[in-house]
Amino acid sequence: MSSRLPPGLQLEKVDDRIMTLNVGPQHPGSGHMRLIIKVDGDRIVSCDPDPGYVHRGEEKMAEYRNYITNIPHLERPVIHDSCNILYPYCLGVEELLGLEVSERAKYVRVIASELNRFTYTLYWLAIYGIFLGHSTMFMWPAGDREFAIDLLEKLTGARVTHAYFVPGGVRNDLPANFEDVCLRQINYLEKRLKTYSDIFYDNPILIARTEKTGVLSREDAIRLGTTGTVLRASGVDYDIRTKEPYDVYDELDVHTNVLKNGDSYDRSKTPWLDMLESCNIIRQALEKMPKSGSVRVKLKPNPKGGNDEVYKRVESGRGSLGAYIVSRSKPEPYRVKLSVGSFRNLICMPHLLKGEKLGNMPAVYWSLNYWPVEADR
Amino acid sequence: MSDSDTSIQEPETKPVIENQQDLPKFEKDQSDKITAKFGSKTEIAFVKPDRIRINVKKEDILDVASFIRDELNYDHAESVTGVDFPVDKEIEIVYHLGSYTDPQLGRQVLSLATRVPREDNPNPGNDSTRLPSLRDIFYSVEFHERECFEMLGVFFEGHPDNRRLLLPEDWADLPPLRKDFAIKGR
Repeated sequence: MSSRLPPGLQLEKVDDRIMTLNVGPQHPGSGHMRLIIKVDGDRIVSCDPDPGYVHRGEEKMAEYRNYITNIPHLERPVIHDSCNILYPYCLGVEELLGLEVSERAKYVRVIASELNRFTYTLYWLAIYGIFLGHSTMFMWPAGDREFAIDLLEKLTGARVTHAYFVPGGVRNDLPANFEDVCLRQINYLEKRLKTYSDIFYDNPILIARTEKTGVLSREDAIRLGTTGTVLRASGVDYDIRTKEPYDVYDELDVHTNVLKNGDSYDRSKTPWLDMLESCNIIRQALEKMPKSGSVRVKLKPNPKGGNDEVYKRVESGRGSLGAYIVSRSKPEPYRVKLSVGSFRNLICMPHLLKGEKLGNMPAVYWSLNYWPVEADR
Repeated sequence: MSDSDTSIQEPETKPVIENQQDLPKFEKDQSDKITAKFGSKTEIAFVKPDRIRINVKKEDILDVASFIRDELNYDHAESVTGVDFPVDKEIEIVYHLGSYTDPQLGRQVLSLATRVPREDNPNPGNDSTRLPSLRDIFYSVEFHERECFEMLGVFFEGHPDNRRLLLPEDWADLPPLRKDFAIKGR
């Protein structure tokens, strides 16, 4: 091709053909992060993810605040999934302080965290729709998300940033008549979710754009230490809710959704299947929940942990979410580390985008269920 | 460590092994395998349900990590955490390892901890705060180790890409997760 170009316009070296693109850091789609992409024509030669644009030092801040005042700021990395990001922290503090959570509070936690999975995943799905130019798939999840948000607002008083989980239970009991409203809206939401397959998941255009793009094999998914929906889309049956059930998940019947192709299509479908499973979990939890009882343990002011450390993990919307808390007999934790799914899945990006067409970049990038703010912490 | 420091030294995490009978069996078997292989090179800090913590010296960490991967079937790192202990003049690096391939290990998280010397005036990458990288053994530690390098100044020898990750490129202050880096007003 280049030999036909007139003299002077011919490309001398291979490097001359490589162009560097900065995707981000200001909103490549949703959330701030930068992908430094080198392209040769339409093909991506290399991709270097550069997170950290919204790094806020949550872990450093946690060392200066006591166990209770850490709650409202530790949920900031994922405000849509704030119950789940506080979950491992609360489980860890409970073990450090030796708190016993009541049975009812455990069920309320399960309901709140599954509802949060809805608000997060529907938001994620809306962005995925608009990434692929499917604006109906932006409007539908964004609208349906309001049902889950309304429920959480009734429950916690806030649409997002609930700060609902506290060490020793949850902040307040269910409002009156919550069970009936919740059941009704979950049933409606499930019906709505099933219609998504007609317009989105069975859509030939979506299938053409996402099938066989960014294939992550089972071996690579394990080697790279991915987690959550990315891992399960690659055929690994691993969900913390079934492998290491926390609170009352062992009393509930949780089905793990595992797909096997590991391409963008499967990765985009697994969160949707998880939402349908969340409907089942919430219905079971509403049925089995004790009808009365306290939901919160009264704490002494400035409780101190011993000389100990805990590592607790839960399954969030983006995969395993671990909290490592080191305590040194002070009211403040000595060190808090959040091991978040987004940060762990970041390592996939250079692997999956290499050799991919530039136009497939959004389809692959967002299918990783990546939340930039959470990865930065 | 000088004598003046000992007076303010904080109590360390002592091994919580008090009654050998109470220890969970599966976890005990796992830790016994490591003790049988490495003997006094490793110290079992605790064995709790689903959680084991092993302290090793930094010279032995590659051997122990290879053994954990090949013989005990742990296949990925969940997180790599650096904890600063200025009174001990040491920084602790904790690898939390898990397994996807072995169904028996689904609940288990093994913490592999080591300590590196800490310098009061750090020069990240050019001082004695260094540790062999585990990236060749557990590939998944790649980004976690980069984070540890910038946040605590622990240089990982053998890591192909010891660049900044989350901090700005022109960050010229102390590594921020060290205890002597103080937040203003606190």
